[in-house]
Amino acid sequence: MRYVRKLGFLVLFLSVFHTLWLAPPLTGQEAASPPATTEVSAAAEATLEQRVAGLEAYIGNGDPTAKGADGQPAAGVTTATMGVAGPGHNAWLMTSAALVLFMTLPGLALFYGGLVRKKNVLSVIAQCFACAGMVTILWVICGYTIVFGEHPADGPTNAFPWLIGDMKHLFMDGVTSAPDTSYCYWISENVFAMFQMMFAIITPALIVGAIAERMKFSAIMLFIAIWMFVVYFPLAHMVWGFDGLMNGVWNGSAQIKAIDFAGGTVVHMSSGWSALVLCLILGPRKGFGKTAMPPHSMVLCAIGTGMLWVGWYGFNAGSALAADGVAANAFTTTTVAAAVASFVWPLIEYIRNGKPSILGFCSGAVAGLVVVTPACGFITIKGALIIGVAAGVVPYLFCTVVKKAFKYDDALDTFGVHAAGGTLGALLTGCLATSSVNPNLVGAYAQQNGLDKILADGTLWIEQLKAMGLTVVLSIVATVVIAYLVNALVGLRPTAEIEDVGLDLSEHGEAGYEIY
Amino acid sequence: MKKIEAIVRHFKLEDVKNALTEKGIVGMTVSEVRGFGRQKGHTEIYRGSEYAIDFVPKVKIEVICKDDEMDLVVNTIVESAKTGRIGDGKVFISDIKNVIRIRTGESDEAAL
Repeated sequence: MRYVRKLGFLVLFLSVFHTLWLAPPLTGQEAASPPATTEVSAAAEATLEQRVAGLEAYIGNGDPTAKGADGQPAAGVTTATMGVAGPGHNAWLMTSAALVLFMTLPGLALFYGGLVRKKNVLSVIAQCFACAGMVTILWVICGYTIVFGEHPADGPTNAFPWLIGDMKHLFMDGVTSAPDTSYCYWISENVFAMFQMMFAIITPALIVGAIAERMKFSAIMLFIAIWMFVVYFPLAHMVWGFDGLMNGVWNGSAQIKAIDFAGGTVVHMSSGWSALVLCLILGPRKGFGKTAMPPHSMVLCAIGTGMLWVGWYGFNAGSALAADGVAANAFTTTTVAAAVASFVWPLIEYIRNGKPSILGFCSGAVAGLVVVTPACGFITIKGALIIGVAAGVVPYLFCTVVKKAFKYDDALDTFGVHAAGGTLGALLTGCLATSSVNPNLVGAYAQQNGLDKILADGTLWIEQLKAMGLTVVLSIVATVVIAYLVNALVGLRPTAEIEDVGLDLSEHGEAGYEIY
Repeated sequence: MKKIEAIVRHFKLEDVKNALTEKGIVGMTVSEVRGFGRQKGHTEIYRGSEYAIDFVPKVKIEVICKDDEMDLVVNTIVESAKTGRIGDGKVFISDIKNVIRIRTGESDEAAL
C-alpha cells in the first residue's frame, strides 16, 4: 500500500511540474495571436459566398473551411465560422456528456446498489465514484491521447498507429475549446474529450456488477487501472480512433471494416466478457446457492434504471457528435428498442412464471439499450423493433437458463446483459445497418476501404464477427493476466469474516442505512 | 393485568385497530415483525433465481388490559383479523406484574 501511495504523489507532482514548466505561458500566447489574425485577413478577404458556405456547413454538420473556386481550401482565407465550435452542436454534446456521467452517478450506482444485499450497498456506490475519479486522472494524463491523439499526416509516430494514438495530447496539451476537425467540425475538443471520458468511466464501472459483494476495494481499483491501459484505451482507439484498426466508417484504410456507433464492442462487450472471466477467477460469493441473496431494494434499482435510460440518450444520440439527423435517428431507435425490450422481458416471465417482475422490466430496458448501442445510428425504426424483441429474449436466457446451467456467480448479471447483449447488438448491427439513415456508411472513407461494397453485398456481419472476435479475445486474455497479477500483488478477496459483515462497514467504515 | 400480543396480516391492522377502538379499548403498540409458523415462507423470483423467503412479514399488535377486559380484547382481535386462510396469525396472552406511567409515577391499573 505504501508504494501505491508514493506512486500517487509522484503522479501528482509530475502533473503539476508539467503544467508549470512545459505548458506555454498564457500571456505570451495571447500577445502572440492578434498579429497572426491581422496578417491572415490582410492576405485575402473572405467573400460573401465563402462566409455563407461556412454557415451552411454549420447547419449540415460539414467542413466550414473557406474554399476557392476550384473547391479546394483557399489559402490564407478565414471566416468567422472556422476554428470555432458551433453553438447548437456544442450545446448538445455538453448535455450528452453530462447525461452519460449521470448514467454512472448515480444511475448505475443505484441500479447495482439496489440489487446487492443491504450490507454491501455502499461498496457498489463507492466503486462507481472511484471509477469516475480514477479514470478521469488516467484520461487526462494520457488516456485521451492514447485513444484520440491523431498521428501527423507525414507518418505515424509509433509502430502501431492502428492500436494506439500519437502522444501529442499528454496532459491534454493542445486540447482547447476549438474543434479538432479530424473528429468533428463543430464540437470543442475539450467537450469532445470530456464526452468520450464519460464512456471510459462507465465501462469499468459495469464490471463491478459481476464481482459485487466479494472483491477488495484496493484490488478492484488496481485491476481497473491496469485494465484501462490494456483493454479499454487500445480498443477505443481501434474502434473510434481516426486510424483505428476496426473503424470502418472513418478510417479509409481500416483492416477490419466493422461499425460500432456508440460502443457495443468498446463498452459492453469488453466490460461484459472481462466481468465473466473475473467473476470465474474470483469464485462465487460466500454461501452462493445455499443462502438467499435477493436484491435489498427494488425501488433503488428501478430508480437507477430510469436514470440509465435517460442518460443513454446522451450515450447513443450524443455519439453522432452533432445535433444532426443521425443523432435524431439514434435518439428514436434507442427509445423504441429500450421500450420494446422492457416489455418483452417481463412478458416472458409472465408466460413462464405467471408474474412479470420489476427486475424484469428493469433488466429488459437495460438489455434493449445495450443491444441497440452499436446499431442506433445505423438502423431504421423497424430495425429497432427487431432489436427490441431480440434484446428481450437473448439476454433473458443468458441471465436465467445459461447462468443456472453453468452455476457461475455473475452477481448482478453484467455478463448476461452486457456481454450477451453487446455481442448480439454488434452482430445485429451488421445485419440491420443501412446507409438510408446514415450516409457516412457510403461516405468517402467507406468508399476508400470498401465498406460501401460490403454493405451492398450484405456481408457486413462477417466484418462484425471479426471485430467481435478480437474484442472477446483481448478482453478474456487481458483479464486473466491482470487478475492473477492483482491477486499476487494485493489479493483479490477480502477475508471470510469481512464478507460476512459486509463490505460497507469493513472497507468503507459506513453503513448504508442507519436508523438513529 | 394481561398483555395480549397478536401477530396479524398487514392489511388487517386497520380493521383490528378500528374494532378495538369501537369496543373502547384505548392504547396499543404495533411493530413490523417477520417470522413463520405452519404457513412457512413464500418464494420470490429474481431473474430466474428462486429464493425461499422463510420469514414472512407480519404486524405485531400489543395491548395491555385489565383482567376482566381480556376476553373482549381477544375476541375482538380474533374476529377482526380473521380471513379463514392459512397465515392469519396467532394471539399470545401473558400476565403483567406492574405498569408505571412515566409522567406521574402512577402504577398498576391506574396507569393503564
